[in-house]
Amino acid sequence: MKPSRTNVWFGRAWLAAGFVFLFVPIVSLIVYSFNDSPVPNLWRGFSLRWYQELLRDEDLLSGLWLSLKIAFLTACGSVVLGTLAAFTLVKYRRFPGRTMFSGMVSAPLVMPEVVIGLSLLLTMVSVQRAIGVPERGMMTIWLGHLLVGMAYATVVVQARLRDLNPQLEEAAMDLGARPHQVFWLVTLPMVSQSLLSAWLLTFTLSLDDVVLSAFLSGPGATTMPLVILSRARLGLDPRVNAMATAIVIVVAIGVALGSYLIARAERKRAQELAAATRG
Amino acid sequence: MKPGHHAAPIDPARAGSRLSRLGGRSAVIGVPYLWLLLFFLLPFAVVMKIAVSQMGAVHPEDVVTWQDGVLTLALKFGNFATIAGDPLYLQSYLRSIEYAAATTALCLLIGYPFAYFMARAKPSVQPALLMLVMLPFWTSFLLRAYAWKGLLSPNGWVHDLMVSTGLDQVLVALGFVPAPGQLMNTPFSLVLGMTYTYLPFMVLPLYSTLAKMDLRLLEAAQDLGATPWVAFWTVTVPLSKAGIIAGSMLVFIPCIGEYVIPELLGGPETLMIGRVIWDELFANNDWPMASTLSVLMILLIIVPLALFQKYQAEAQEKRR
Repeated sequence: MKPSRTNVWFGRAWLAAGFVFLFVPIVSLIVYSFNDSPVPNLWRGFSLRWYQELLRDEDLLSGLWLSLKIAFLTACGSVVLGTLAAFTLVKYRRFPGRTMFSGMVSAPLVMPEVVIGLSLLLTMVSVQRAIGVPERGMMTIWLGHLLVGMAYATVVVQARLRDLNPQLEEAAMDLGARPHQVFWLVTLPMVSQSLLSAWLLTFTLSLDDVVLSAFLSGPGATTMPLVILSRARLGLDPRVNAMATAIVIVVAIGVALGSYLIARAERKRAQELAAATRG
Repeated sequence: MKPGHHAAPIDPARAGSRLSRLGGRSAVIGVPYLWLLLFFLLPFAVVMKIAVSQMGAVHPEDVVTWQDGVLTLALKFGNFATIAGDPLYLQSYLRSIEYAAATTALCLLIGYPFAYFMARAKPSVQPALLMLVMLPFWTSFLLRAYAWKGLLSPNGWVHDLMVSTGLDQVLVALGFVPAPGQLMNTPFSLVLGMTYTYLPFMVLPLYSTLAKMDLRLLEAAQDLGATPWVAFWTVTVPLSKAGIIAGSMLVFIPCIGEYVIPELLGGPETLMIGRVIWDELFANNDWPMASTLSVLMILLIIVPLALFQKYQAEAQEKRR
């Protein structure tokens, strides 16, 4: 069935309009970061002054540093916990409390962040009242991000683990490999791309998070999104635009590099697999 | 490593390794399990407990007390009564549902044709289109809401464009903005911001069901005399039901609990439940009330969530 000409054009126009809608705000944010005007919305010509201002902006920069540290730790922790959880869900079909486990793993994905933040905050305050720790700050923010990051990492790694051919692991076992050797030498290398995507995903999620951080932060622990939120509440700030532009560029490079590495690993694996089956 | 799958005959040399395997297994299961019990289930229980307590001087009063050899369990449902009696809370729940539903409808309206044309585009360009839909995910939620603040504030070019084309008059007539030229902090800016943020969540599941559809069914419909329009409504739409439900839930559920977008783009009249909980905690310091509101919010999303799970399970059943 051939669609008519008008339908084809209508379709293209709809797609184009949709992409304009998706990208115009981001492009606009970037363009206005180069605006040479103290009034954020009035275009007065090109300048880099807001980038100079940004370099002098202590709050934003220290927030960025803290956010990067938390995001790094969150990504690493999420990948470890997520891999364990995914392995549990895929490989161990039966153990006591499996239903509850799978429910708890995916619950943070759908639970409103406000609720997760509130429940963690109230718990940590109660614990602190009882035993004196933890002090609210970077550690508590990290724990909160880890809970949500683990859920995302589990989904990503689980999808890959499920597609794996179990015969490869069985072959390794039959050849005398111990379970831990099978895991490190066979399973893990085969899911390494998904570990990288999970790492990148949880890193960006953590870098971006406002609500959990707001609930769990303490004095002196103000992440970059918290600084941005408090300024955005008051109005527009071209330094925020400059920051946004820098983040978009870095993330774009990171995503491009990540997808390239994943694609390359995928190709290499396919080649090796082909060579193995030929040989 | 399924039990029975690798049933080696009892071999004394292997018994040791089997024991260590059992240890490895419980460590693999135990670590994430314990973590979730401590950081998911326990906090949840704490919120439930605080929801049925009342605020004391500094901290919520204890639900269970032990005094003079008497164990007392004091459940106080005063918060629930307050919420039921105060129109502000009730209204914020209704508003949350209303705005989440409006956002879902708009996303479906924009996203369905979008996903449809994507799925019918040349197969060679489809991966690129898919990549473009996912790209905004990698930019910060917060910054995208902030971007709309710039566009819709006075002097923002979208604002100016809408005023000069008279679109703001239309919005006033529809009751989405209070006065011409005032676009920010209105139901309009709130729903626009949420639609913008959650549109990819609608498009992706729709695209994956539409791309999998067997196009010969449409040919069959046409051979049997259906016009393309009739074939679309009687064949394509029913076949994409799973995608419609998945996409709608992926938009509706997070919108109910949304905080950042209502805070930045909403106004005084667009009070959503996420913001009310936030204010109870940070402004009023009323932990029990915030907890009770949270428990009620979870009840609100449980029905759509169960629906979503049911359809996901059915779709997975079919795939087998």
